[in-house]
Amino acid sequence: MMDFLTNDLLLLSDSAVRNAIPLLLACLAGLYSERAGIFDIGLEGKMLVAAFAAGAFSAIAGMPAYDGGWEMGAWSVWIGLGAAIIASTIFSMIHAFASITLRGNQLISGVAINFFAAGITVLIGQHWFRMGGQTPQLREGQRFEPISLPFAESLKDVPIVGDIYYQLISGHNIIVYFGFIIVALTWWVLYRTRFGLRMRAVGENPGAVDTAGISVVKLRYSALIITGILCGLAGAYLSLGTAAAGFGKDMTAGRGFIALAALIFAKWKPISAMGATLLFGMLEAIGNKYQTLDLGFVVLPGQFMQALPYILTVVILAGFVGKAIPPKAGGEPYVKER
Amino acid sequence: MKLLKTLIATTALVGAGAMAMAESHGGAANPAVIFDLGGKFDKSFNEMSYTGAERFTADTGITYREFELQSDAQREQALRRFAQAGNNPVVVAGFSNATAMATVAPDFPDTDFVIIDMVVDLPNVRSVVFAEQEGSYLVGLLAGMASESGTVSFVGGMDIPLIQNFQCGYAQGAKSVGDITVIGAMTGTDGSAWNNPVKGGEITMSQIENGSDVVFAAAGGTGRGVLQAAADAGIMGIGVDANQNYMHPGNMLTSMMKRVDNAVYDAFNDVNNGEFTAGIQVMGLAEDGVGYALDEHNESLITDEMRAAVDAARAAIIAGEIVVHDYRTDNTCPVEIN
Repeated sequence: MMDFLTNDLLLLSDSAVRNAIPLLLACLAGLYSERAGIFDIGLEGKMLVAAFAAGAFSAIAGMPAYDGGWEMGAWSVWIGLGAAIIASTIFSMIHAFASITLRGNQLISGVAINFFAAGITVLIGQHWFRMGGQTPQLREGQRFEPISLPFAESLKDVPIVGDIYYQLISGHNIIVYFGFIIVALTWWVLYRTRFGLRMRAVGENPGAVDTAGISVVKLRYSALIITGILCGLAGAYLSLGTAAAGFGKDMTAGRGFIALAALIFAKWKPISAMGATLLFGMLEAIGNKYQTLDLGFVVLPGQFMQALPYILTVVILAGFVGKAIPPKAGGEPYVKER
Repeated sequence: MKLLKTLIATTALVGAGAMAMAESHGGAANPAVIFDLGGKFDKSFNEMSYTGAERFTADTGITYREFELQSDAQREQALRRFAQAGNNPVVVAGFSNATAMATVAPDFPDTDFVIIDMVVDLPNVRSVVFAEQEGSYLVGLLAGMASESGTVSFVGGMDIPLIQNFQCGYAQGAKSVGDITVIGAMTGTDGSAWNNPVKGGEITMSQIENGSDVVFAAAGGTGRGVLQAAADAGIMGIGVDANQNYMHPGNMLTSMMKRVDNAVYDAFNDVNNGEFTAGIQVMGLAEDGVGYALDEHNESLITDEMRAAVDAARAAIIAGEIVVHDYRTDNTCPVEIN
């Protein structure tokens, strides 16, 4: 039993954290957008374009000059991160322009973003690198390396606490720690600041906010800029912080949609979002480790674990486990009364 | 409209040019090749067909026409267009093209078609299939000999019989060395399983935690994450389709080569010499259709003992003394995979 706890459970949790981080960041990105009343099913596309920008610019920044690179060494990875945030924010602004300024259909704009991202990444990638849309394999200095937290080595042999600290908490890359900080930050912004209150209000009743003399358009644009930044981090994590070490065609593989499912599962709340994405990350970790899961009385195929996030979301939406009520004004473009 | 006209005119010109060139060289072949999704320069399967076609052009001076599929909907259209334009043979690589081939080929009885990796039973179609189990057996044998922990692993892309065949051959080879445990996992059950390097990396990490110290990736773009995770952990990786040894020198034991280039070259050449034969063509070890890669990147990792053993196994398979079970014949594998 002890062996199971120290080995399997810790390793599974470790893997769950790694799986959860891109979902968590994308989920929080969706939270800002949807809480401000803009549905965003373009999370997938924004993550994808960010993953591409991160992979491409980190590769170029780290390349030797005779290959047309910038020889930036260890700074390359940060160039990649910056490019990811910029690219994703540009896409987020396209969505904002279509759905706030032009009052277009937010779902259609989101779908368009996804398709646009899937196509443009491969097109530019092929033009730049001639590798079928992939970016070159990233080397040291072009990727985020695991960070060993202080005392991790010396505490390693302490039972339980040391194991947890060494295995689970230490040894992730910086975006992982950043992701958890952003959860706390989001909670604080949402519930303890004036901006958060107004943002929540604009998602529920933009008319009231407008009457109070606050610009609905400005608030929604601000929310979508934050969405862009967070999707940028999520995408950068995929290509710079995992074993992918670069961009590959369609590498988000549906994570943007699982993040949306997690957002609904979490009922649009930041702390619950962390719980939901960690749960989904754990399910994925179990599915990866055990292709079939033998529970003694029934054998579950691995695919069941992969389908569980969606099944759980449907269960939640159907109202079996509490009720998931989306922000009231979500999906409706705001038209000022004359 | 003007753009459309220009496009049509250009296409016609290019087509006419290709045909004129073919005639001027007096060859009987006017070949065309269609690349599957993933693109021409995927460093793998499609790039191998490209290499084969280029080799034919270099040898004979006959140019060929090509098309890169962008979506499933284009499969039938692309085949039909080339056949209508008088191209012969029309070569297409990828098991997903079987349905389109079965629809189009009967309409053009005078055109020779070639499909790679799938069987289409028509009088004017040559179906080239590879004995992946034989090549996988060899790399499995090398993995078994290189492993110090006695555990080796496999990461597949989409869970289809073709990939199961890689896994089964690999396991048979590894277990021929002695008491070796083989861990196997598939990335998923849909097309995204070919492009999910992040998940590939996670699966590999969990296999390493379970003791594996050699991992074989037969997973398309997902393999990139598998091989990177192997290199990060300091264990051995095995590439697939093309020679991928260069990706992580020192951490790449070998690559299981699938000589798609030979299949394309042979098809072009046979038509050119008037020796085209329809029916099933199996490319195994004896036909140089599969094999293991040995180059400057991995020669220090393959000991003399290993080389002797793998060459003996190769000879024995060709002579029929060792029969490697083909998973596709009965959808079962004779050895245990954990």
